[in-house]
Amino acid sequence: MNKPKLDLVPTGPPAAPGENETFVLNLGPQHPATHGVLRVKLTMDGEFVVRAEPVPGYIHRMHEKMGENRTLPQFLPNTSRIDYLSAMHYTHAFTGVVERAMGIEVTPRCEYIRVITSELNRISSHLVWFGAFLLDLGGFTPLLYAFDDREQILDLLEGLTGARLTYCYYQIGGLYNDVDDAFLDGTREFVSYMRPRLDMYRKLVTDNIILRKRLIGIGVISQEMCRKYGAVGPVMRGSGVAYDVRRAEPYSAYPEFDFDIPVYDEGDSMARYMVRMEEMEQSLRIIEQALDKLPDGEVNVKVPRVIKVPPGDYCYAVEAARGRFTVRLVSNGKPIPYRLKLRTPSFTNLSLYEEASQGMMLADALALMGSLDLVIPDIDR
Amino acid sequence: MSLTEDPIRLLLFLACTMAFVGFNAAYLVWVERKGAGRFQRRPGPTEVGPAGLLQPVADAVKLMSKQLIVPPGADAILFRLAPIMVMAPALMCFVPIPFGETLAGRDINLGLVMIFAFGSFNVMAIMLGGWASRNKYAIISAARIVSQNVAYEIPMLLVVITLIMVTGTMDMNEIVRQQEGWFWNWNIFQLGANPLMPVTFLIFFICMLAETNRAPFDMAEAESELVAGAFTEYSGMGFGLFFMGEYAHIVIGCSLGTVLFFGGWQSPFGALSGVPWFLLKMYTLCFIVIWIRWTFPRTQFYGLLNLSWKILIPVSLGTLILTSIMLKVF
Repeated sequence: MNKPKLDLVPTGPPAAPGENETFVLNLGPQHPATHGVLRVKLTMDGEFVVRAEPVPGYIHRMHEKMGENRTLPQFLPNTSRIDYLSAMHYTHAFTGVVERAMGIEVTPRCEYIRVITSELNRISSHLVWFGAFLLDLGGFTPLLYAFDDREQILDLLEGLTGARLTYCYYQIGGLYNDVDDAFLDGTREFVSYMRPRLDMYRKLVTDNIILRKRLIGIGVISQEMCRKYGAVGPVMRGSGVAYDVRRAEPYSAYPEFDFDIPVYDEGDSMARYMVRMEEMEQSLRIIEQALDKLPDGEVNVKVPRVIKVPPGDYCYAVEAARGRFTVRLVSNGKPIPYRLKLRTPSFTNLSLYEEASQGMMLADALALMGSLDLVIPDIDR
Repeated sequence: MSLTEDPIRLLLFLACTMAFVGFNAAYLVWVERKGAGRFQRRPGPTEVGPAGLLQPVADAVKLMSKQLIVPPGADAILFRLAPIMVMAPALMCFVPIPFGETLAGRDINLGLVMIFAFGSFNVMAIMLGGWASRNKYAIISAARIVSQNVAYEIPMLLVVITLIMVTGTMDMNEIVRQQEGWFWNWNIFQLGANPLMPVTFLIFFICMLAETNRAPFDMAEAESELVAGAFTEYSGMGFGLFFMGEYAHIVIGCSLGTVLFFGGWQSPFGALSGVPWFLLKMYTLCFIVIWIRWTFPRTQFYGLLNLSWKILIPVSLGTLILTSIMLKVF
């Protein structure tokens, strides 16, 4: 067998007895725990993480640069591919910024449908996180249960939008098409189906002693750390900061609904877990209210044939499944934007990983990473 | 019995043991995959043969046709030796297990000691495999498996000592014979000798799960942390042997549990004792092992050690003392 010769000489002088001897463990880019192509350079002391340095960039697709090279409607499909698990929110933010810049007022029916589909998407995204997180913790079965529920959402949205994952349903000034009765009935059915399922998850998974032992008190992220790194979404709400874009900077039809923002003060992995589990319940509440109050009328308003944003600097933020997603659009009056900045939640949440994971054991550090709910294309965009 | 006595019988038993272990490893994998499928609301293997029954054959053919790769820089001899060192002692463990009244490899009067002696080879083999792989994940896994097994060997042996005090013998066939009659004669219901017998069994079962590296204690093979742990660098049948070794150890552990606590081949109502009872009890325990794996998440490593040192060892010591007092006083 042809064996390449390896340089077996260790670098640097050998550690003196009693001195800590560390080694570097390359976690990823292909590793089951990173759910994609994230690489984390771990400096380990035995099983303890001394330093975890995330190395993103393996799936960088230059979405921001692409935004500077094509017209706004041409960029629309890109937005659903940034975070493929919450595509609705991302298209919402993009159409939102263009509508705000051009002064387009969309119809109330359109806003309501946007809320319904966005919240469905939030549930499906949280279900993926739920399954994948449990998989990180070594529980295989919840993944399949979660995917079973998610399948129903995907079927509903497929019937409505024609796509199962990368929806391009929201358009500038309205929607791709109006909802039909099949979708509305199906959604109502789903809401009544999902509530007992969440109860079941609470009994079978949340109350499991092994899960609680692995999550409670582990991976504490303080409020101060959240502020320092600009953490958003459930990560921040798990640390006791009640910030939700739907409340703080209301957009779309959200002010018209009655829902709670789950906040936990503990800041540990369990708090983030509970925030997401309760968010699913709140999303169901919003969907139910929106279905009851769904106004009649048109879904589309008239928009100019050529979408041209007046010169200026515009911003629009939505609460995506992973947290605040901001689109900043700088226009010089041409159909192609001057600058399109995408501030994604996974990236800011990843940035606190290095500090938060210090001194943890490997398994806990990976549980912490799972509780941040990272989507790698969302980090790299 | 000397070796020259009846070599054919010896050879036959050797062949039968190997066939039994191979068959069990193959079809427990099938049960595991099928069972996992049912637990997860999916059908499991269905394509190869009726109800996927030929899936293990297909798996074996696939594994055997793969190239055995020794990673560059690995210790080639140890790397190749480790899978064999998992498998060979596992086969030896089957020698003293009494499947039926007259069906046992050898009726050894120190059968229990022999099983534990050969059973502990498993740790060393996996550790060597992890060490020889020259892979960081494998080395972490090797370190984990050593501390895990050291921690769990102790309560396991304390439990077995309790049992030996009750039975007064280490001959496995004799232990089964003592539990003759109705099911309340089984050791697990010997509350007169040890009022905490069910707890003792629970400790035994937990230790067995930990010793065989099964979920929720599969620290050595934690996929989401260590990729495949000590087996990361193994391909083809090298990995296959580790896999077979794991299932062989489950069978040994469950057989041991059956013999020590559930009356081995004795029937629960005093009549019609025989091999089927042994297999029924043993496979029920095996199924519980599989059931647990697909139900619980993995424990944390220090949680695992804490469980052993802070709970299992004190409790098993307590039952040991309690049993000795009960036996002395009553």
